Amino acid sequence: MSQTVTATRVLSYLEDGKTLRSWLLTTDHKRIAILYALSITVFFFIGGTAAALIRYNLVTPQGALPSAETYNRLFTMHGVIMVWFFLVPAAPVTIGNFIIPLMIGARDLAFPKINLMSWYLFMAGGACALYALFAGGVDTGWTFYAPLSSNYAQGHVVAVVAGIFISGFSTIATGLNFVVTIHRLRAPGLTWYRLPVFIWSFYATSVIFLLATPVLAITLILLSFERIFHVGVFDPRIGGDPLLFQHMFWFYSHPAVYIMVLPGMGIVSQIIPCFSRKELFGYKFVVWCSVAIAVIGFFVWGHHMFVSGQSPYASIVFSLLSYFVAVPSAIKVFNWLGTMHKGRIHFNAPMIYALGFVGLFTSGGLTGLFLAALAADVHLHDTYFVIAHFHFIMVGGMVSAYFAALHFWWPKITGRMYPETIARGAALLMFLGFNFTFLPQYILGYLGMPRRYHSYPPEFQVLNVLSSAGASILAVAYVLPLFYLGWSLFRGERAPRNPWRATGLEWTTDSPPITRNFLVVPTVTSGPYDYADPHTKLADV
Amino acid sequence: MSENVAPHTHFQYEDARHQADSAIAGMWLFLATEVLFFGGLILAWIFCRHWNPEGFAAGAKESVLWIGTVNLALLITSSFVYGLGQAAIEAGRVRMLIWCCLLTAGIGVVFLGLKLLEWHVDLDENLWPAGPFKLHGAEADGGRLFWIFYFVATGLHAVHMLVGIVAVCWIALRARRAEFTADWHTPVTVVGLYWSFVDMVWIVLYPLIYVVGRLS
Amino acid sequence: MIWKFLPQASSSAWETDGLLIGLTLVTGAVLFLVFGLMLVYAVRYRDSSPIDRGKIAEKTFRFEISWTIATLVIFFGLFVWGADLYARLMIPPTDAVRIYVVAKQWMWKIEHQGGQREIDTLHVPVHTPIELVMTSQDVIHDFFVPAFRVKRDVLPNQYETMWFTAEKTGTYHLFCAQFCGLDHAVMTGQVVVQTQADYADWLARNGTSQTLAQQGEPLFIRYGCSGCHSGNGTVRAPSLAGLYGRPVPLSDGSVVTADDRYIRDSILQPKRQVVAGFAPVMPSFDGVIPEDDLIRLVAFIQSLAPERPR
Repeated sequence: MSQTVTATRVLSYLEDGKTLRSWLLTTDHKRIAILYALSITVFFFIGGTAAALIRYNLVTPQGALPSAETYNRLFTMHGVIMVWFFLVPAAPVTIGNFIIPLMIGARDLAFPKINLMSWYLFMAGGACALYALFAGGVDTGWTFYAPLSSNYAQGHVVAVVAGIFISGFSTIATGLNFVVTIHRLRAPGLTWYRLPVFIWSFYATSVIFLLATPVLAITLILLSFERIFHVGVFDPRIGGDPLLFQHMFWFYSHPAVYIMVLPGMGIVSQIIPCFSRKELFGYKFVVWCSVAIAVIGFFVWGHHMFVSGQSPYASIVFSLLSYFVAVPSAIKVFNWLGTMHKGRIHFNAPMIYALGFVGLFTSGGLTGLFLAALAADVHLHDTYFVIAHFHFIMVGGMVSAYFAALHFWWPKITGRMYPETIARGAALLMFLGFNFTFLPQYILGYLGMPRRYHSYPPEFQVLNVLSSAGASILAVAYVLPLFYLGWSLFRGERAPRNPWRATGLEWTTDSPPITRNFLVVPTVTSGPYDYADPHTKLADV
Repeated sequence: MSENVAPHTHFQYEDARHQADSAIAGMWLFLATEVLFFGGLILAWIFCRHWNPEGFAAGAKESVLWIGTVNLALLITSSFVYGLGQAAIEAGRVRMLIWCCLLTAGIGVVFLGLKLLEWHVDLDENLWPAGPFKLHGAEADGGRLFWIFYFVATGLHAVHMLVGIVAVCWIALRARRAEFTADWHTPVTVVGLYWSFVDMVWIVLYPLIYVVGRLS
Repeated sequence: MIWKFLPQASSSAWETDGLLIGLTLVTGAVLFLVFGLMLVYAVRYRDSSPIDRGKIAEKTFRFEISWTIATLVIFFGLFVWGADLYARLMIPPTDAVRIYVVAKQWMWKIEHQGGQREIDTLHVPVHTPIELVMTSQDVIHDFFVPAFRVKRDVLPNQYETMWFTAEKTGTYHLFCAQFCGLDHAVMTGQVVVQTQADYADWLARNGTSQTLAQQGEPLFIRYGCSGCHSGNGTVRAPSLAGLYGRPVPLSDGSVVTADDRYIRDSILQPKRQVVAGFAPVMPSFDGVIPEDDLIRLVAFIQSLAPERPR
């Protein structure tokens, strides 16, 4: 073959280097996103296995698992892995890493090597946490309250805490990368108010990464000191205060839930306009609501502590602020509905998942109103009502949004179409299985079943069995995409540039994109949701 | 062309200036996270002091004032020296930059050496907060709380110093390889920001550790 | 209906349930609206639907403002409702009967004023305000009685209080509601609400010869409290007669109420809150007096009658 033939086609990022080394030492944001996606999926299924065993245990009142200790370790690891090794990173490091540069017309993130380092840090943290798991686990709950976790718990607390600490560096690096990228690498003409809500949401998420994660870091260091040396600032025996731990812990962990959900809101803000063929209703409101959620979210942490012994005056303030933080979310829901109004709606799998997000997030969010009401929380705190509330938002909402994103951008990421019918079926199955699993838990909580119980009074059995039955349906819904998405990699129809005829610069690139994303950096002249204009380039597929 | 000035300009940037500004912005953001990190620790200090003011002050009085103060002077000097180095490279004087970096790193090493000495003294005096403790009676609890804060804060600061010393040495090495010119020396600026920050943390920690027990 | 499964057994239970019903109605209405609109739009505006979509509203501002205001108003209303009931839950009636609770991994130890002790069971009389004074010997626990709709975290090294008035006789679940280690799920018990007569019977049958306060008196002497506080000592110390429930001016100018927590803290950390006009010379008894004796001392001090007015 002649060696002077110039390629008529620039290589896609998937073809550009086929060795393991080219993947493990890549600085291409798209490849790093794939590396992350693989890791995240593994963690999701480890955490999911823990969940399956939890629901299995709860089928009988005495607990079906052999020991309480096993159960306690299972729910702790479920929480730790799902929070820090799935939900906090998932959408930002997979979808965010892949899509943000494409969506703003950049050729890569601001700091590609730091991006790669963040993946290795994530893996190191995960390795620490998994070591602790397989060496026998931890049984403090994912919230690690002192003095239980510092002075009384058996198990590998410091190893898990170290894993979380290390992964925190990974998230800070990612947040830093995103903020600088969004500020400095936007294509010409792409002003702030022309940015898709997706970008605003990931920007807000990144700011929370930067400001909240360090507080968790110092809290974990102080906790580890107390655990290792048996003396610490949370120790009431020397005049310290366990409530200081709770304040510091929740100062991070409440904004953390907005880290988890804001990307989902950004994702559905792209999908709903696309499949309604209509611009996003109230763009500026949705933008500033995202910012408002991030800001107000820093001031509500005390609503986790209404019965903790915290001052009642502080509790009252936190309750009021918690109601305030719910308002921007409500506004967004109305805006998404307004987008559908008078649209031309298509029900592809991404849209079904996105609508599932809207419904389940709204349900979960409304139950947040219950918990923000002080006197109601006195009854409901630390019961299954709380578990149902956050699973509705995190799992019903955010996991649906994550799957929505995976399906929406799958053609772009892999160059293949997924099989639509089975995908829609999986989406509906997920919605069904989810409700079946978690709706009974609201009732269980009201009736008084506390959290973190390996055994329970027999009158709670029927609802527990219902919930566990739902969980088995949910498990199927999660496993299905593994199969058909995997299948599509080999046998899926080749994807055109813009199969959904969506707006957004990422859809102007090849599917999959070339390594440097754009041969020519585009110039932007229109708003982010220009579906109404028949002369847009959307006609090209 | 800008490529000659900074051969490492990444393809996603318009030019070297664009990349340099982004790197500096990134370091500022990182320093913001560090503010929150040490801020959380200072919050713990505030509460521990509030819960047991007499014991806390009694514990603080045991800190070794001369070492802390010498270290303060050393660090401020080192930031000044590094700043001289930055001015030097802006004028294209690479050798001066290398000397300034080595001196800065050297001062940092002396700082850490004195820190180790100080810890040795503290441990000798039974000021380790766990186990047998120098203070007794009503002051013991507050004293322990202070010394927990002390070891965590100075330990974390020392780790940051170590990272800084390594970074400054790395700058010296790169300078020796003729990588920096008057037109392009972004890593020098970025490391300088970090070093100044670590210095500033010590300036904030100093009164919290050495002054609080000695007032009144 | 649902109250067959969870009775409204306390005076605040029906109010809490009222709030929960209100919240459920608001939730239901919003969900009806959201799912309803979603369904209607999904059908009406599906791509294949031939209906005339007409002009799309250009100005969205009035919608945004309307639903923002509506949301704010409703949420504020819910906040006020919840906060009001909460404030009343935080303030016990002055005539509440105090019962002491000590939590430890993994059991509840309960002591009545008359010295009656029980483990994992709490007997209380109906229609009588009860204030639980609770502490933990190890980790954080939580005393939760679903039928009463109340719970409170129980912390080590300090007192937390919680009050309720049981309105229905019967036996109700007691759960620990703050994860406390291995046997958290079986750190459960019962609250037995009896008629006043039955309760009096129970007290009589289970009593010790001495009330908690009577048991506290020899402790007051043994630990040396009477050396300064009985009025005869050489050290000038505040009088404890009639102290309980009275406002106490402190040396920093503030005024606190002498409740269980104040008395306990004064014994364990006397330098924290010094009475105005007195020198901070009282030694700390932290680590010297165990929890059980502390309860008896506090009960004794509460029982001291006020001196005759001069």
